[in-house]
Amino acid sequence: MPYIPHTPDDVRAMLDRIGAASIDDLFDEIPNSLRIDALPGVPAALPEMDVARLAAARAAADGRPLNFIGAGAYEHHIPAPVWALVTRGEIYSAYTPYQAEASQGTLQVMYEYQSMIAALTAMDVSNASLYDGASALAEACLMAVRAHRRSKSARILVPATVNPTWRRVAEVITEGQGLKLDAVPYDLATGCVDVKALERHAGEDITAIVIQQPNFFGQLEDVDVLTRWARANGALVIAAVNPVALALVAPPGEWGDGGADIAVGDAQPCGVPLSSGGPYVGFMACRMEHVRQMPGRIAGRTVDTAGKPGFTLTLQAREQHIRRAKATSNICTNQGLLMTAATIHLALLGPEGLGRVARACLARTAELVAALTQLPGVREVFPGPRFHEAVLKLERPAGPVLDALAAEGIVGGLDLERDFPELGHALLVCATETRTTADIEAYARALGRAAA
Amino acid sequence: MAKTEPLIFELSRPGRGATAQFPDVDAEIDVPAAFRRRRPPALPEVSELQAVRHYTRLSQLNFGIDTHFYPLGSCTMKYNPRVCNSLAMLPGFLGRHPLAPASTGQGVLACLFELQEMLKHVTGMAGVSLTPMAGAQGEFAGVAMIRAYHRARGDSARNEIIVPDAAHGTNPATATMCGMKVREIPTLADGDVDLAALGAALSPATAGIMLTNPSTLGVFERRIVEIARMVHEAGGLLYYDGANLNAILGKVRPGDMGFDVIHMNLHKTFSTPHGGGGPGSGAVGVGKRLLPHLPLPVVGREGDRYRWLDERDLPGSIGRLSGFMGNTGVLLRAWVYMRILGAAGMRRVAEYSTLNANYLLARLREAGFEPAYPGRRASHEFIVTLKREARELGVTAMDFAKRLLDHGYHAPTTYFPLLVPECLLIEPTESESREELDGFVDALAAIKNEAATDAAVVKSAPHTMPVRRLDDVRAARQLDIAWKPAAT
Repeated sequence: MPYIPHTPDDVRAMLDRIGAASIDDLFDEIPNSLRIDALPGVPAALPEMDVARLAAARAAADGRPLNFIGAGAYEHHIPAPVWALVTRGEIYSAYTPYQAEASQGTLQVMYEYQSMIAALTAMDVSNASLYDGASALAEACLMAVRAHRRSKSARILVPATVNPTWRRVAEVITEGQGLKLDAVPYDLATGCVDVKALERHAGEDITAIVIQQPNFFGQLEDVDVLTRWARANGALVIAAVNPVALALVAPPGEWGDGGADIAVGDAQPCGVPLSSGGPYVGFMACRMEHVRQMPGRIAGRTVDTAGKPGFTLTLQAREQHIRRAKATSNICTNQGLLMTAATIHLALLGPEGLGRVARACLARTAELVAALTQLPGVREVFPGPRFHEAVLKLERPAGPVLDALAAEGIVGGLDLERDFPELGHALLVCATETRTTADIEAYARALGRAAA
Repeated sequence: MAKTEPLIFELSRPGRGATAQFPDVDAEIDVPAAFRRRRPPALPEVSELQAVRHYTRLSQLNFGIDTHFYPLGSCTMKYNPRVCNSLAMLPGFLGRHPLAPASTGQGVLACLFELQEMLKHVTGMAGVSLTPMAGAQGEFAGVAMIRAYHRARGDSARNEIIVPDAAHGTNPATATMCGMKVREIPTLADGDVDLAALGAALSPATAGIMLTNPSTLGVFERRIVEIARMVHEAGGLLYYDGANLNAILGKVRPGDMGFDVIHMNLHKTFSTPHGGGGPGSGAVGVGKRLLPHLPLPVVGREGDRYRWLDERDLPGSIGRLSGFMGNTGVLLRAWVYMRILGAAGMRRVAEYSTLNANYLLARLREAGFEPAYPGRRASHEFIVTLKREARELGVTAMDFAKRLLDHGYHAPTTYFPLLVPECLLIEPTESESREELDGFVDALAAIKNEAATDAAVVKSAPHTMPVRRLDDVRAARQLDIAWKPAAT
């Protein structure tokens, strides 16, 4: 019996002790009319070896195409120690640290993670992670409404340069509480928020504005101007940021004159594999004044009864298991394993390593754009500074081009036509430090054939 | 256990680094000055060995299933087979970008499609979406679908969700997040829902009811068919919180009980890792009425090809809950587990987890402990109340829990559910041996004995952990939740 240790003797002795004739008797409180004795449709058991063979064949069928998509999930080198440590049983098979004394490892990793996220974002404090970047943005919108007591509108401005999927997720999660997420258009010439369009909202009751840096197109927004506008108009600032970019670009805590109020993002680029979309790890940091409005687990440093330092979950009065219907969120777990991966990853890279990764991303994307725009009919759409993504315009629809590239083992980018039809036949491409010059040349050759 | 470990920041020295991990790059490259960060982030600077040793040592400060019996009630801390992890981490699965064309993901999509199908069959539902990233998000999806269903029928006055007082805190918190009002109903002394109170709570404002069955009290709700009839007749829908699905897997299906929507905690019933508090995975299943509202994406099959179904396929969907596709890697782990167990193995999960719980209950009763619901069968978990020990010996459930750590057992869930005083909610799971259960009974009996002879030892426990009891009040009042470099 897989994963069940009982011998027939055990079963007999245990039933005797219970005073039951059979295991089946233990289910005698379930109405007979409801009980089933088989599970049609569920396949029969397989030995580990056979499932391993099946899984290996399927994983191999997915191949290892050369990837040039980012759009919210980034392929970076993951140091070998990261997952060797994360999958240690003491980390992998532990649970939420309800018994703090037997969970100091998990709690200290949470504290170190919170410290690293606070350092990267230059914010005061961080929680111990949320599900992913998209749901973290949704939680930030809800949190802004709680934190901004003078604003009555529950209205959040979400520029069109914010990741469109993140916007959709935020709409779904916040709708029940009556939030209104209003779009602000971008400037077609720059691919950045249209400040004139924003100006039309001056004087309105706006709870918060979301600023993504770098934005969905990879462009660097003028975050200081946007943050000052928000301050002048009484709106909070929610920053959506990439943790690798933060090695080089100004962090949310230093935007404008007073910094952002809440910073969110996905820490997937720090030690978490692409894995078809998850599990990833959302992060959230904020100013100290908003900490009691923050959702999710938080670890704090305190002392034990002997005065020795130790860690425990804190500010639990915000949470669902205490506050029930009045909690800041229904969230129960964080993304413990992925948070641990991000912490170890950042500890290994440090400020120097993360800075080098970020510089390599800048360099590789520049090399990629230069190589692809050599091709006839391919040009870069936005002229401003970017981080590790760029929008390219093709002369033909991107969909069939991408299909042709995929057939050659190249994942060539994200077709923007559905979400941004105004850009025409546009493609969002990305190159991180993991792409080599040979990779980029291979892509350029293949695109030359596919787009010709 | 090992003693405490300094912070990684305290090991840091300027100029040190795990340099094998750094890419080669021209140091002159940077973003334009106007966008530049002024000071590098205060991340630690340590060698690779220092990092490896530090996080290895931190891991050794933890209890996990791999190291200790972990009978945390309602959390289903069963063995997490190693193979589930190793297969989910095959390079072909790990390296795939979520937005890559479906042609490059037929292998992973086949696994996810099979998982959807297996979950449909074990729950008796008409459709499944794997996208919610944790139980709480599955609950959110469920209540959002209930709301979407009423709204689509023009029945938009239904804004109340009924929740029994024994429910997990996530249930009422979820209802609030979805813009619903919460109506709490009491539980009877025998652990079943108070039908008279339910009848009084039902009205034209009822959107639905959220139930856990078996409930968090460790007993099966015997009148579930009656409850389903009452709620449906009042125009409401039934939501099944899958926290305790382990107890009934292959024995009775939520769909057959009359539930319209269910979330499953794959990290409980299907043994994906708890990971120190996540990632969870909260797949949802629905009956026919809610099929059009399933959250996106869903895996679809056309002939022998798989693809993601999106807004164009399911225009009535409540929408997306994650940036891509939920916790895909966790879903793969659940798929491995289910394929190894097969249909018969899944039934054994319910059988042996129930056997273990009832055996443990019988033995603890013999040892003089008081069951909270003495007339009832245990499901896969049960509650012992220590109110007599608290009254007579001054030793609380918290004290017992802390002293158990000294005996090498993780504590059960304490002080939940809220309606049983001084309670321990104990869930042994099917993967524990009889010897392990016997050892746990001996430990609790020894603590009870100690409480009568030397209560101070119990009240000041734990004594063998890296730290003694922690000052939670100070943690909240003198908030220290992020290390900051000393001002220079």
